[in-house]
Amino acid sequence: MSLADKDRIFTNVYGFQPWNLKAAQARGDWDNTKDLIAWGQDKLIEEVKASGLRGRGGAGFPTGMKWSFMPKESKDGRPSFLVINADESEPGSCKDREILRHDPHKLIEGALIAGFAMRARAAYIYVRGEYIREAEVLQAAVDEAYEAGLIGKNAAKSGYDFDVFVHRGAGAYICGEETAMIESLEGKKGQPRLKPPFPAGAGLYGCPTTVNNVESIAVVPTILRRGASWFSSFGRENNKGTKLFQISGHVDKPCVVEEAMSIPFRELIEKHCGGIRGGWDNLLAVIPGGSSVPLVPAAQIIDAPMDFDGLKEVGSGLGTAAVIVMDKSTDIVQAISRLSYFYKHESCGQCTPCREGTGWMWRVMERMRTGDADISEIDTLYEVTKQVEGHTICALGDAAAWPIQGLIKHFRPEMERRIVEKQGGGLMEAAE
Amino acid sequence: MADAAHIPDEAETRARWGGFVFTDENLAKAKTVIARYPEGRQRSAVMPLLDLAQRQVGAETQTQGWLPVPVIEYIAAMLDMPYIRAYEVASFYTMYNLAPVGRFHVQVCGTTPCLLRGSDDVMAACANKGLVKGKTTPDGLFTLTEVECMGNCSNAPMVQINDDNFEDLDYDSTTRILEALAAGESPKAGTQIVGRHTSEPEGGPTTLNAMVDANHDYRGDW
Repeated sequence: MSLADKDRIFTNVYGFQPWNLKAAQARGDWDNTKDLIAWGQDKLIEEVKASGLRGRGGAGFPTGMKWSFMPKESKDGRPSFLVINADESEPGSCKDREILRHDPHKLIEGALIAGFAMRARAAYIYVRGEYIREAEVLQAAVDEAYEAGLIGKNAAKSGYDFDVFVHRGAGAYICGEETAMIESLEGKKGQPRLKPPFPAGAGLYGCPTTVNNVESIAVVPTILRRGASWFSSFGRENNKGTKLFQISGHVDKPCVVEEAMSIPFRELIEKHCGGIRGGWDNLLAVIPGGSSVPLVPAAQIIDAPMDFDGLKEVGSGLGTAAVIVMDKSTDIVQAISRLSYFYKHESCGQCTPCREGTGWMWRVMERMRTGDADISEIDTLYEVTKQVEGHTICALGDAAAWPIQGLIKHFRPEMERRIVEKQGGGLMEAAE
Repeated sequence: MADAAHIPDEAETRARWGGFVFTDENLAKAKTVIARYPEGRQRSAVMPLLDLAQRQVGAETQTQGWLPVPVIEYIAAMLDMPYIRAYEVASFYTMYNLAPVGRFHVQVCGTTPCLLRGSDDVMAACANKGLVKGKTTPDGLFTLTEVECMGNCSNAPMVQINDDNFEDLDYDSTTRILEALAAGESPKAGTQIVGRHTSEPEGGPTTLNAMVDANHDYRGDW
């Protein structure tokens, strides 16, 4: 079973055609949006719930349920906000970029519908600072939509007033965390807030706020037009729909591609990426969901279904579906150590275990890379990752710990080999 | 913070930038930006305004721009916020340059997806052209920085130079781009693989082939 082109949501994902309003409308965007809004909030949320859509930003929380946490009426006059997370910075991830620059109207239309469904008065789209050209396109698309009366006062003639604003970040991975994003939107350093209160109670400017990923919002209009049962006809139970996969690393042809959820890893790579560089026997390991999830050795990933549950079963996760492929030429310790450096660089500095731990873990990982360590330090390193994990306000600490835990779990012999070799090839010692 | 830039705040900096104000054009832009946020929440505009100011400094100095202390003070005053709060923002986010940079800010991505596809070769090409990490070339043309994942992973390795991304690089194409920039040309941004459009598989898409030549409407097949 393979996904047909007619069932792909992002038909202009490669940007062969213009992104502008006229071209987008010819592809089916903004087609009678007013009628969808006329369904009313409850039916819209029910339909999104029924489609089985789970958040596309990494955590996989059911999108419809998230919307239903928003207050149905404002008792104290506070407005509600929708914040769209376009701070795509997870190493390996490059899908939101394609939506922003090639299909921005799907996102803007989705923002209006989602915003209406959760009774928000405006949406802020937080685009990562480095997406300079992408933000320019998005802003131009927003301007077009305003001019056409699709957003703003009486948006799309629905009788609902709704604004969409583009806000550019300035280079901070942590702002992808929802409360850090809210802080940043308020003009502060992007340091995550303690929860509770959750954003649905007190988020942006202390008002009820929902933060959704770009892809989660952009797929909504198509789901509503085609029906929940269409969307849920793809993928396994609890892992429904289509998904933008981003394949990077050692495949013949890296690419971004929309596929059905639960597609087996081998099929995904064979069909779209021209196979593994040097053949399947040359596959070493895969990071299947962006840098934060643990790596999976070749044997376990080859037939695994690419979805939330399938990857959980092999000790990893779908994350953003950013598939980083590594063949046998990879210095696996260096690959993970470079991720440790990333987390050290991106730690916001608020919680001590993360601020100090990420730097410490990176320094030890660098010694592991060169073999300048003692075998017992592998256990120490593992213990420290456990001390960081779960002891910080946000998940960056966990994200820094998991890749190292995955490495130790699956490649401990390689780490030991380096240490032994550095110490003068003490084979006796290695065998004890 | 050990690798943080030295922040110039000497008499010369004050003398040069103490009178900084937005140009009329930028002032109009600043007002549009501030209007995006609810009344009394103008502080939300600090990030876009710092960016705008950095760009103006860049235009005035023929560089990518940076944020001298008096400029940050100007933005803070405009938004009615304490200087330290604006400075905090300027120093927290990596895209604000707290020290001068060159005409072209060469930001090579070195995170794992790029590392796997040869970001070392891109770095080597930069080194061969005399670029040194964290430094500006003596002619003031290039500043080299290794940055973290830029989100172009299916087109790795890549470099962002000022506002443009150059993707699918190797040693030779990196060299060509740097030489073109030095010669005052505008090399083509995006993928450097001939025949590749954006992030489709090299050699042509495996899906949505009808979109290549026409703005196909798939609704007829629903």
